Amino acid sequence: MITLLVNGQPHQVNAPTDMPLLWVLRDILGMTGTKFGCGIAQCGACTVHVGGEPVRSCLYPVGLIGDKPVTTIEAIGSTPNGHKVQQAWIDHEVPQCGYCQSGQIMSATALLNQIPAPTDAEIDAAMSGNLCRCGTYVRIRAAIHAAAAG
Amino acid sequence: MSYEAPSRRLVLKAGLLAGGGLLLSLHLPRAARAAETPHGAEPAPFVPNAFIEVPPTGKIIFISPHTEAGQGIYTSTAMLMAEELYLGLDQIAIQPAPPDLAKYKDPLLGDQATGGSASTRADWLRLRQAAAAARIMLVGAAAARWHVDPAACQVARGVISHAGSGRTLTYGEVAGDAAGQKVPAHIPLKPASQFTLIGTSAPRLDTPAKVNGTAQFGIDTILPGMRIGTLAITPVRGGTVATMDIAAAHQVAGVHDIVVAPDKSAVAVFGDHMWAAKQGLAALNITWAPGPNGSVTTAALIDALDQASQHQGVIAKHTGNATGAISAAATKLDAVYQLPFLSHAPMEPLNCTLHIQPDQAEIWVGTQVPVRAQKAVATATGLPQDKVTVNNLYMGGAFGRRLDIDSIEIAAALAKQVSYPVKLVWTREEDTRHDYYRPYYYDRVSAGLDEHGKLVGWTHRVTGSSVMARWAPAGFVNGLDPDAVECAANTPYDVPAEFVDYVRHEPQGVGTGWWRGVGPTHNVFVVESFVDEIASAAKRDPVEFRRSMLQHNPRALAVLNLAAEKSGWGTPLPAGTGRGIEVQFAFGSYLSLVMEVSVTPQGEIVLKRAVVAVDCGSTINPDTVQAQIQGGLILGLGTALYDEITFADGAVRQSNFHDYRTLRMNETPVIEVYQIRNEEAPGGIGETGTAAAAPALANAIFAATGKRLRRMPFGAGQLVA
Repeated sequence: MITLLVNGQPHQVNAPTDMPLLWVLRDILGMTGTKFGCGIAQCGACTVHVGGEPVRSCLYPVGLIGDKPVTTIEAIGSTPNGHKVQQAWIDHEVPQCGYCQSGQIMSATALLNQIPAPTDAEIDAAMSGNLCRCGTYVRIRAAIHAAAAG
Repeated sequence: MSYEAPSRRLVLKAGLLAGGGLLLSLHLPRAARAAETPHGAEPAPFVPNAFIEVPPTGKIIFISPHTEAGQGIYTSTAMLMAEELYLGLDQIAIQPAPPDLAKYKDPLLGDQATGGSASTRADWLRLRQAAAAARIMLVGAAAARWHVDPAACQVARGVISHAGSGRTLTYGEVAGDAAGQKVPAHIPLKPASQFTLIGTSAPRLDTPAKVNGTAQFGIDTILPGMRIGTLAITPVRGGTVATMDIAAAHQVAGVHDIVVAPDKSAVAVFGDHMWAAKQGLAALNITWAPGPNGSVTTAALIDALDQASQHQGVIAKHTGNATGAISAAATKLDAVYQLPFLSHAPMEPLNCTLHIQPDQAEIWVGTQVPVRAQKAVATATGLPQDKVTVNNLYMGGAFGRRLDIDSIEIAAALAKQVSYPVKLVWTREEDTRHDYYRPYYYDRVSAGLDEHGKLVGWTHRVTGSSVMARWAPAGFVNGLDPDAVECAANTPYDVPAEFVDYVRHEPQGVGTGWWRGVGPTHNVFVVESFVDEIASAAKRDPVEFRRSMLQHNPRALAVLNLAAEKSGWGTPLPAGTGRGIEVQFAFGSYLSLVMEVSVTPQGEIVLKRAVVAVDCGSTINPDTVQAQIQGGLILGLGTALYDEITFADGAVRQSNFHDYRTLRMNETPVIEVYQIRNEEAPGGIGETGTAAAAPALANAIFAATGKRLRRMPFGAGQLVA
């Protein structure tokens, strides 16, 4: 049994230590807001925060988490920057299909936690690992600037 | 089933609808009418037609005949109906239509399907008529209760009022009575000047759930007792499983069952979670017998297309004597354009959740074709179609992939072998390698110019697979696929002599399907690139040359001029930078794009700026138009730069987003969209940006480098000397 602290709640999880966090969240804990896109850390749809850092949960073995807190899309709105980012996403009508947006929002929130007012180049550096097949990048950029300003 | 090329179907439907009269579906209530309510029970909702339910209390329910894949159709659908019912979007709930062809068939597509940028064109009149009819009956019921003239009543936010007496009733309060009202024979619609919702950038209904993780996609389905599976499909189409180590797979903790498709084309492992299923599948160490397609290569497929293209095909357009004009012309041009096989790669990998029982089945899936999905499960299980329930969820992208139901057929064939509910999730690798790919097209074009640089003759031979012949055979008439020649047989230009023909050639061992932008994404690239070549040969400016052939096409001319103006066409640019333009009439909409790119000495293409002018006629939600063009363009640009599906030994070589790419944030250009607003018939918008991307990009690369790229993807080293 592995003990995980997810969104402030401790969970006892019966999972092998090499099991990626993504599948623990989705298939054991039933938290489906975090998405499966590629399985090889190429698309960022599965981005969550572990110990405050954005990670690709599709490759992150659950056995490596230890006592670091895990934060997912389901709870990011209760953090100051997470809330701002979500509101900016609504104000700018960012999502289309919406499937990648959990990961986009987790990456954007991590960016603002680190750099309160990022430049376009800093947005590129932080966000270019998150793919969007609908092509919402123009609005993501505008929404991050708006969240930073708000 | 009928299917017509979008250009023709638009004209036909617009004529039909303009003639007025009730559409069939207005007479088909979705459920029993409210008239016979058991004594003492909560009154049943008022169900005036297939699209609306008015319960006695709570939100009005709108049934969307089209499904949401990100294009914003749930919001647009709701805006159309809320407008005529005088409701706010906060007062309604929207639901996807269940499979029911009689009620929810798209009149343009001839099927209950979402695709072809057809939804708004299909629903623009019928949903407003449905809502107006409902309103007339609800107001009629209130007026009858008050013994007043309905014309003396008004409605605001679902409250009917009678000014003379000050009385009010809500829609819910008269829902029971309204069922007794006659369905009106005459349904006047609001003139555009009175719209309060249509034409505004109303907030999307699905956005809040898509920013907090609560939006339910097919892949998010969780059922009690459900197991999770993943599968391997034969790498070569037509192959079968040869050997596998079942004992090894059962050693993996959490693995429950290993099932093989009846035709041995696929193997699935069902386990406690995706990790167990994936580990179990790997442990199976499956080997495959490739079958008859094991030696297919991309080179052989292209060679076969080249051979097929040497012979005349079925005539799609024939005006004047094009070949004669070209042979007598002062300047002659010939070119071959090639477009690769493409995968759809929606962000949400294919998946289907099923609970198949002896007497019934239920599935949870995001699909563009709910009736086909239902039939697929019925066929695989032997159950009657009406015993199959389809729950249609948000699609995490579709781009045409979910117009096919192969993933549902396979899922049903596998899931019926176990008694518990199963969620079958494809890995990205399986998704990339087992698609119905956008066909490889091999196009021959030729043109002649007179001594004044005027185009006198044009020929275009399209050679490639017919998706229509497989997907909608009724639309494939006398060997002509209207989609394969769309925007080739009907360019926006005045040309004195044109000859366009189509050679159907099916690639060995490759399934082909609809891909975002369908015919226009293929033909606009060929036509607009070649027009640019001709302008260059005539030593004429690409904008001026196009203008000269658009004098009888004012809407096309207007978007061309607007895009040119906003882009600063003709103003100087640094060395190695260029602008390229294209103009198109596709899906009932006019659009022109100017791309500005720079090309580094190493041959790297940098996307600087995209300027779009669009006229899609009547517009429901202008912000959605903007979003669709921005996104469609980004998909089209990334695809044009990077993507192709290739084959070796019969198998697809690409597997995931590292070798089948998507444009990334840092590669995305500035995008400006300028919309010309008018009250013309609405055009489709979801695919226009994708169709525009490649030709404007190719023309900009030519302007920057002098090098004409006639084969996609452009970024595959073609600019490296």
